[in-house]
Amino acid sequence: MSDAFAAALEKTSAEVDDARPVLEFSDVHLHFAGVRAISGISFEVGAKELFAIIGPNGAGKTSIFNVLSGVYRPQRGTVRFVGEDIVGRSPHQIAAMGMARTFQNIELFSNLTVIDNLMLGRHHHVRYGVLAALVFAGRAHSEEVAHRAVVEDIIDFLEIQQYRKFPVGLLPYGIQKRVELGRALAMEPKLLLLDEPVAGMNVEETEDMARFVLDIRDELAVPIIMVEHDMGVVMDLADRVMVVDFGSPITTGPPHDVQRDPDVIRAYLGQEHASAAPMGAPR
Amino acid sequence: MTALLTDRGGRGSRPRGRPELYTSYSSDIALLNTPAKRAGVLAIVAAAFALPFAVSDQVLVLLGTGLAMSVGAIGLNIVTGYAGQVSLGHAFFVGLGAYTAAVLSGDPDGRLVGFGLPMVVWLPAAGLVAGAAGLLVAPLATRLRGLYLAIVTLGLVFLGEHVFREWDSVTGGPGVGRDAVQASLFGNSLTAGGAVLSGAQKVYLFALVVLIAAAVPARNLARSGVGRAFAAVRDRDIAAEVIGVSLTKAKLLAFTISSFYAGICGALLYTITRTVEPNSFNLLLSVRFIAMVLIGGAATISGSIMGAMFVTLLPRFTQQVPRFVPFIGQGVTGGGLLTNVELEAMLYGLLIIAFLIFEPRGLFGVWLRVRNYWKGWPFSY
Repeated sequence: MSDAFAAALEKTSAEVDDARPVLEFSDVHLHFAGVRAISGISFEVGAKELFAIIGPNGAGKTSIFNVLSGVYRPQRGTVRFVGEDIVGRSPHQIAAMGMARTFQNIELFSNLTVIDNLMLGRHHHVRYGVLAALVFAGRAHSEEVAHRAVVEDIIDFLEIQQYRKFPVGLLPYGIQKRVELGRALAMEPKLLLLDEPVAGMNVEETEDMARFVLDIRDELAVPIIMVEHDMGVVMDLADRVMVVDFGSPITTGPPHDVQRDPDVIRAYLGQEHASAAPMGAPR
Repeated sequence: MTALLTDRGGRGSRPRGRPELYTSYSSDIALLNTPAKRAGVLAIVAAAFALPFAVSDQVLVLLGTGLAMSVGAIGLNIVTGYAGQVSLGHAFFVGLGAYTAAVLSGDPDGRLVGFGLPMVVWLPAAGLVAGAAGLLVAPLATRLRGLYLAIVTLGLVFLGEHVFREWDSVTGGPGVGRDAVQASLFGNSLTAGGAVLSGAQKVYLFALVVLIAAAVPARNLARSGVGRAFAAVRDRDIAAEVIGVSLTKAKLLAFTISSFYAGICGALLYTITRTVEPNSFNLLLSVRFIAMVLIGGAATISGSIMGAMFVTLLPRFTQQVPRFVPFIGQGVTGGGLLTNVELEAMLYGLLIIAFLIFEPRGLFGVWLRVRNYWKGWPFSY
């Protein structure tokens, strides 16, 4: 892990109070007309915690992410991020506060190169204005070089050096997922939201991604919320797991307890399997 | 290896024969980041400055018009090519620039409103007035997208056409128009012939200098954080917002800067063509600008210039066609199956379709193919 990015990240994380939870999500209700996407979910994410959200399809996991990043506005409840209420703020304001996110279906800027995509992650750290951009000398130039140094460190960290100047639309799926993670990291997040980081990946790609996620938590000390369907990954990586179904919380706890919870097994496998083997165990 | 990486900020030296090995980020993000680009651009600029002494005045006026149109095409490319907001209203902003320049520079004692101010005032003012109008129109773009935005900006052209036609005291009215005044710099006329240079030569050089002064900042903008934000808004607006790009701000900026360029283009055109006719800022002009962007290459500055030159010079070639093809007549009233004017209109359409299907990156894409062919020559890749 090299200097420019580490230094930048250290500065960002110094602004976060370790004793308090990074995120407090309390009693949030979100519905679209008659459809209840989230009804009364509460959870907290502590500093340096890897928090996983699981649940069957349509349980409201991605809706939680959309509330967090400001794409949806909940009808009730509060969301406090680094001590401030973020309900009603626009996505770009929340992003500027230090919440970074990857998407379930890759949302990269496919015409731009890997470098440009990562540089876009630095957008809210760009201080120079339009007039400086038109001249592109002095401050704008030195800032661009500094941002580029950070971006190059992330490229090293994610081992995507050889794709640097490729338009991301041409890259393989697993690499695109990595680039999207890189774009989120470039934002110097205080909280990282990963929406199905290993979906559609083969075993090798999954293991690579799992290693990056662990490195982000352990080396970079960035708290993570992860939505994932791969139970092996969730149970191995997460510190705590929350299970949701039909927009309501079922249980929250360490992976070991959650996979033995009869309610969880019922939600996933149905009534008659409630006494079957714990989830994530080899079958 | 580490020695290469330690020099991160400085200019960095480049080993000979390795044009794409960069030893500093600074030289990687430079405007002309390979020796070939530096030499090529230098040669083109030198040739452009030498041209007025080699060709006739008549051709020079045409080329000068192409240079002025290039400024406008760069403007449209910023909002449509980079930021992805389709605008059919470009002619309106060009008209605003032309009339701002006309009024500010006009004869104070003449038939129409005029203030007799020098070029250093009216040229930037033309851009600023058009830019301010762009800023006022931009909120529409934050509400609408795609075809809806195209329709609304189309309305702008008709509004503008009406105002330009009816506001006699400024525009002179349809069919009459207003005269150009002498554009002058430090007391030297930029349009009248002098001892050393003819009028056409001066106007051409003036347009060339303005184009360079407009194109370099546009290229800078494109490679800066602002240009990246535009591209993000164009490619995926929701993702752009989630990573911290304000859509409203990006669209406002794109429209304002684009309109500023359109205004400068209008003022330049007015200097070159010597008269302004209120009917000329119509939908056809907007469509010609779109043709320039699509033929030249969306989201490229050099493509904008290529496209503008191509579209401006096209009539010159279609004028020659009747001489060689028997069933094509000359002029609007000329006989034959179709006239050269009709042929020209058809060619715009055909070229736009052909480029969209066969080379969506436009003339710039053609250039890339040629360049890559010779890079790999004699191998195919």
